[in-house]
Amino acid sequence: MTDDATAKLDTFPKWLAYNAAVRPVRPAMRHKDLGIWKEWSWAEVNDIVRALTLGLMAHGLERGDKIAIIGSNRPKLYWSIMAAQMAGAVPVPVYADAVADEMAYVLEHAEVRFACVQDQEQVDKLLAISDRLKTLDMVFYDEPRGLRDYDHARLRPIEDLISQGKAQILADPDAVRRLDARIAEGGGDDISIILYTSGTTGRSKGVMLAAGRCVAAARDTVAFDRLTDRDQIIAYLPLAWVGDHYLNYAQAIVAGCTINCPESPETAVEDRREIGVTFAFAPPRVYESLLTRIMIRMEDAGWLKRRLFHYYIGVAKRWGEKILDGKPVPLPARLNYALGHLLIYGPLKNVLGMTSVRVAYTAGEAIGPELFSFYRSIGLNLKQLYGQTEAFLYVTCQTDTAVRADCVGPATPNVDIRISESGEVLYRSPGQFLGYFKDPEKTAEAMTEDGYVRTGDAGFFEKDGQLRIIDRAKDVGRLRSGALFAPKYLENKLKFFPNIREAVTFGQGQDAVTAFINIDLTAMGNWAERNNVSYGSYQELAAHPQVYEIIAGHVAEINRQLAEEPLMAGAQIARFLILHKELDADDGELTRTQKVRRGFIAERYAPLITALYDGSTEAAISTEVTFEDGRKGVISARLRVMDARTFPVPAAAPARAA
Amino acid sequence: MRQIQTIEPGATLLAVENVSLRFGGVKAITDVSFDIRKGEVRAIIGPNGAGKTSMLNVINGFYHPQDGRITYRGATRTKMRPHVAASQGIARTFQNVALFKGMTTLDNIMIGRTLKMRRSFFWQLWRHGPAMAEEIEHRKFVEEIIDFLEIEHIRKVPVGKLPYGLQKRVELGRALAMEPELLLLDEPMAGMNLEEKEDMCRFILDVKEQYGTTIALIEHDMGVVMDLSDRVVVLEYGRKIADGTPDEVKADQKVIDAYLGVAH
Repeated sequence: MTDDATAKLDTFPKWLAYNAAVRPVRPAMRHKDLGIWKEWSWAEVNDIVRALTLGLMAHGLERGDKIAIIGSNRPKLYWSIMAAQMAGAVPVPVYADAVADEMAYVLEHAEVRFACVQDQEQVDKLLAISDRLKTLDMVFYDEPRGLRDYDHARLRPIEDLISQGKAQILADPDAVRRLDARIAEGGGDDISIILYTSGTTGRSKGVMLAAGRCVAAARDTVAFDRLTDRDQIIAYLPLAWVGDHYLNYAQAIVAGCTINCPESPETAVEDRREIGVTFAFAPPRVYESLLTRIMIRMEDAGWLKRRLFHYYIGVAKRWGEKILDGKPVPLPARLNYALGHLLIYGPLKNVLGMTSVRVAYTAGEAIGPELFSFYRSIGLNLKQLYGQTEAFLYVTCQTDTAVRADCVGPATPNVDIRISESGEVLYRSPGQFLGYFKDPEKTAEAMTEDGYVRTGDAGFFEKDGQLRIIDRAKDVGRLRSGALFAPKYLENKLKFFPNIREAVTFGQGQDAVTAFINIDLTAMGNWAERNNVSYGSYQELAAHPQVYEIIAGHVAEINRQLAEEPLMAGAQIARFLILHKELDADDGELTRTQKVRRGFIAERYAPLITALYDGSTEAAISTEVTFEDGRKGVISARLRVMDARTFPVPAAAPARAA
Repeated sequence: MRQIQTIEPGATLLAVENVSLRFGGVKAITDVSFDIRKGEVRAIIGPNGAGKTSMLNVINGFYHPQDGRITYRGATRTKMRPHVAASQGIARTFQNVALFKGMTTLDNIMIGRTLKMRRSFFWQLWRHGPAMAEEIEHRKFVEEIIDFLEIEHIRKVPVGKLPYGLQKRVELGRALAMEPELLLLDEPMAGMNLEEKEDMCRFILDVKEQYGTTIALIEHDMGVVMDLSDRVVVLEYGRKIADGTPDEVKADQKVIDAYLGVAH
């Protein structure tokens, strides 16, 4: 690929034509249908998309019109996105599992004129909300099953559009000229796509992305991970999510690699294995469920296999990551690891469909260090990235040689990151959005005056230049001394100890940080058994002096770690207590997704917080609890408040968040 | 196997006339008559022990009634073996799933194609040339059923490992592989959760629409029966007590008494 030839390609349709000319016979897309992988080359895809574009234009599609794309990862829907862009229209992918009402909001807000949908299910949803969708003219569908008896006045199969367009290309040179003119008219400033945020906090917002910026961002990361037209990716992420549009669409088109569409969402793992994917992405929970599945299956395996497995996983744990990182490893260990690869890691990766994976990413939430290390130790090049829809995905990503579980890597090439006064991560990136659709106010809120985008996350740079995300910015506070206080960051650190199940930290506007701690009954109970400590209840074990000693050790360890982080050194935990009961969603202390409700807890245990700050060594508390059968009762206890060992900040003047 | 005689939709496909079935002194079915029309969903309902499953067994030739006649596609039959019924286009599923547990979903459904295989056993053993071509053709058909029933993800999973709802779906797939003209479903939703039931309902309606298959089903879930079926026949203690559209049957006093019980 010569840079000169591709420099002028500022839209995806132009890239499509380029791929069709440069690598006409390389596979562009595959789809497993009726048990067989069907394949389309770049030239074929280009022809189909051109035909589909003409088909859409014949229905009156104008530049700037919005087309909803609803369904799972199927070639016809990807072609619809490409065709919309080719015609200068704007595709608006919508989450296929959205209920009709949510869908209505997005479609109404985006003023869609057409919709390309997967099947009867989606057609039914659109029909149910059609009275709200004044602008919707036509619906095109992929899968005809069940739709035969529907009124076809405003309904047509996508297949028809393609054949209509193909006939037009053969018969009507004028149409071809019109099409080429449309493509040429498209430029880097066009809105390439509008991606609606999932809207966990309030109504979803339509993120407008420009064609030229999308292409530029994709070029950077394609070069960064050295993707070529030999790479294979599997498209199983939701179409409406930026991850799919970036990793499976934009990168694939720019790199010329193959987009493989699984047979159904459930078969993605099996299909990945058949294809031999080379570039993979999955959120942490996917890696976690895969690992759990392996572990459960290993428990069912025979004695010898189980022994072998555990022995070699041990070897991998010790040496695997060092070998992957290219660090010096003694020869015998290397040989043993190679044997392990032959016996265990190789077959394991094969079962996971990761034998050929060259680059794997995870993102979206914090990944447990153990989980992360497991995959890396068996030789999977798993890395983290950090990004958001507004950036067109990448803000930071890790290089192959510097990977760690607690950071998300340095800025991606050409991305400029700054940490604001309040500790919020700000960035400017090549793929950066144009604004929220029809919402200049929200756009202004999301930007700084000098053009940086606010992520809403608080973070800081580690010594090695990697960004560490600590918390949502709105949760991060300051002590009275001005030191940064990130509750979730501290709590996650505490919870990293198996003995600590839950932790709640306080400190906003106070002189020091204090913590409530919940012990983990399984882990601590196990310890009690081994050390002949008898206890009658959770409350009794929690109040045991030896337990306090152990937890005090953990807190001291955290403080020692914090002392080494200039930014966090001021937020060492000064005092703590162990709660007499487990925090429970039934009592409203946790959300149903097991997140602590800090405000509610502070109110409920106000006397304890007072005791943490007034220097007393004991505090009385009685709380109402809800038992599993719904009855209510009161638990009273006198809890011990303990001072924790803190560490002096290293001599070098601590660099406060400026 | 191609049918010689075509039956118009709406015409009688199968007629049961005055059928009685006894096991020794036990009367399972007494003097029951009804018909099944081409292209409809016909439900057979009734309290436990009403003789519903016996009726299905009579229809597909597993039991031979002592009295009465069964006319299928215009031909009255006396004694017929189940495999003859199968070759004439009657397929069924069972109340207790009857699949080959050690075999995969794919193989189980392929078995449904057995009657359609033309090559001899020895050709099949050789597995080249014509036998292979035939197998590919059948596999294509089976893959369409797998796609239709959305069971791609369990194509190669042994059926014994599957949850019950999916096993039921595989069994339906095997029956569909026979390209039946008349499909008998014995409690297709038994033991399913709401979501599985909804899926199954959709599949039954889609089968009717896409393949034009006539369906006779036994079901206990009244909501399902009333939604799905065109006509319902109600049995109690082996006798027919009502026959008609779901609305007619629902309003019938005898049916209400049979289901809710009457004070004597």
